[in-house]
Amino acid sequence: MATVSTNEFKNGLKLMFDGEPSTIIENETVKPGKGQAFNRVKIRKLISGKVLEKTIKSGETFDVADVMECDLAYLYNDGEFWHFMNNETFEQIAAEQKAVGDAVKWLVEQDECIITLFNGNPIIVTPPNFVELEVTETDPGLKGDTAGTGGKPATLSTGAVVRVPLFIQIGEVIKVDTRTGEYVSRVAK
Amino acid sequence: MSWQPSASIDNIKRRAMLLKTIRQFFDAKDVMEVDTPAMSQATVTDVHLHTFATTFVGPGSAHGQKLYLQTSPEFHMKRLLCAGSGAIYQICKSFRNEESGRFHNPEFTMLEWYQPDYKQLDLVKEVDELLQLALNTLPSEIMTYQEVFISHTGLDPLVDQLDVIRQYALTKNLGDFVATEQCKDTLLQLIFCFIIEPLIGLDRPVAIINFPASQAALARIDENDPRIASRFEFYYKGVELANGFHELSDAKEQLLRFERDNQQRIEAGLAQQPIDRYLIDALEAGLPNCSGVALGVDRLLMLATGSSHISEVVSFDISRC
Repeated sequence: MATVSTNEFKNGLKLMFDGEPSTIIENETVKPGKGQAFNRVKIRKLISGKVLEKTIKSGETFDVADVMECDLAYLYNDGEFWHFMNNETFEQIAAEQKAVGDAVKWLVEQDECIITLFNGNPIIVTPPNFVELEVTETDPGLKGDTAGTGGKPATLSTGAVVRVPLFIQIGEVIKVDTRTGEYVSRVAK
Repeated sequence: MSWQPSASIDNIKRRAMLLKTIRQFFDAKDVMEVDTPAMSQATVTDVHLHTFATTFVGPGSAHGQKLYLQTSPEFHMKRLLCAGSGAIYQICKSFRNEESGRFHNPEFTMLEWYQPDYKQLDLVKEVDELLQLALNTLPSEIMTYQEVFISHTGLDPLVDQLDVIRQYALTKNLGDFVATEQCKDTLLQLIFCFIIEPLIGLDRPVAIINFPASQAALARIDENDPRIASRFEFYYKGVELANGFHELSDAKEQLLRFERDNQQRIEAGLAQQPIDRYLIDALEAGLPNCSGVALGVDRLLMLATGSSHISEVVSFDISRC
């Protein structure tokens, strides 16, 4: 397994910390003029999602986490696994619920998601930044309201609930930002 | 990639003004400005300093002479003192490899000066004068290394054993390596950096004096208390600003410390560094009783301008030079 020293630390580098693949979010060197240097790093553990700070003696080495990301199209859910396919090689991969997590409410068939693999197994599913989903449930709104003051909750076909302007009706397709869970626009059918 | 300077033109002007202020300060005190080489055939042995090196090829060195870029102008300046220069100062580039971050650029500007017949506290007073002039600060506070540890951690760095200090570091969750760390000084430095430094020198600079003898570097050991060295550091607003010594003048002791450093380098899996024989010879000829200090000019400018990263005060940082 490849190793890197603290000198090669940079944001986004994926390493093994406490046996778990982790990504570096922040890295700061603390160096007394005379004496041992330290690295203070902030890491996110990729599986548990926990963010923590670590202090390391500069010069220590760490194993590189065998982590890669690939763009895969969402196919279907069989009740236990969520299946994705590489549109070029047609290779398929199944992710379990732990990996899919909150992304489940943004999965649209044929949309390309980013799948993070650790030792070849999917550990994180990241939906596209924007998805288009149909409104399946919402209170009938006022036709004239276009300013969208306050808005109202709407349930989408995947079960996600977002705030939408009052003029949005059941059956309409809307564009949502998955990073914030916020309504972006109405999509013309 | 941008060709533009990393510092604003305003900060570049502030640098010019600061350099002028420093030169006037020493002019008024009749301290001579000197200009010594940035390259040297030998270098520092300090385990924690990483040097840059290059190779000279030319007449007399057809097969190449390795030359190190200075990590500070200390050795050359001490040779001038031994040759009878009297009080001297220098503003120059120094180079330290593997150092880059908020407060570090691998190439940086250092102000270093030496005052014959000064003891530790005389020089602390003079550094304080310069800070008041350059930063408009209140008079500095002075605390011993022992006092600052006792007041902020309850630990006595001169008395407490390794396991007591380790136990404290463990309760503060200062890193996984603490549990197996065998070096007391590494733990003291860790606690100093992360627990003490954020709490001191907030409204005025603080001079920490009398560092432990085990962290003496090139300072004299105290005549009355062999546990401490005449070494001080200045801290202000979380920035380590200056490091000074009542200078060690004993050539034999100096050689011994260099050799001990090299022994530690071997144990740490690092290459030994060539010991500066010219310096040892100069010390043998006699270094006047003096104190000296090195001060980071870029950091001084960061404090003067309220900058949060060193790149904001150097014209072109390492990513743009």
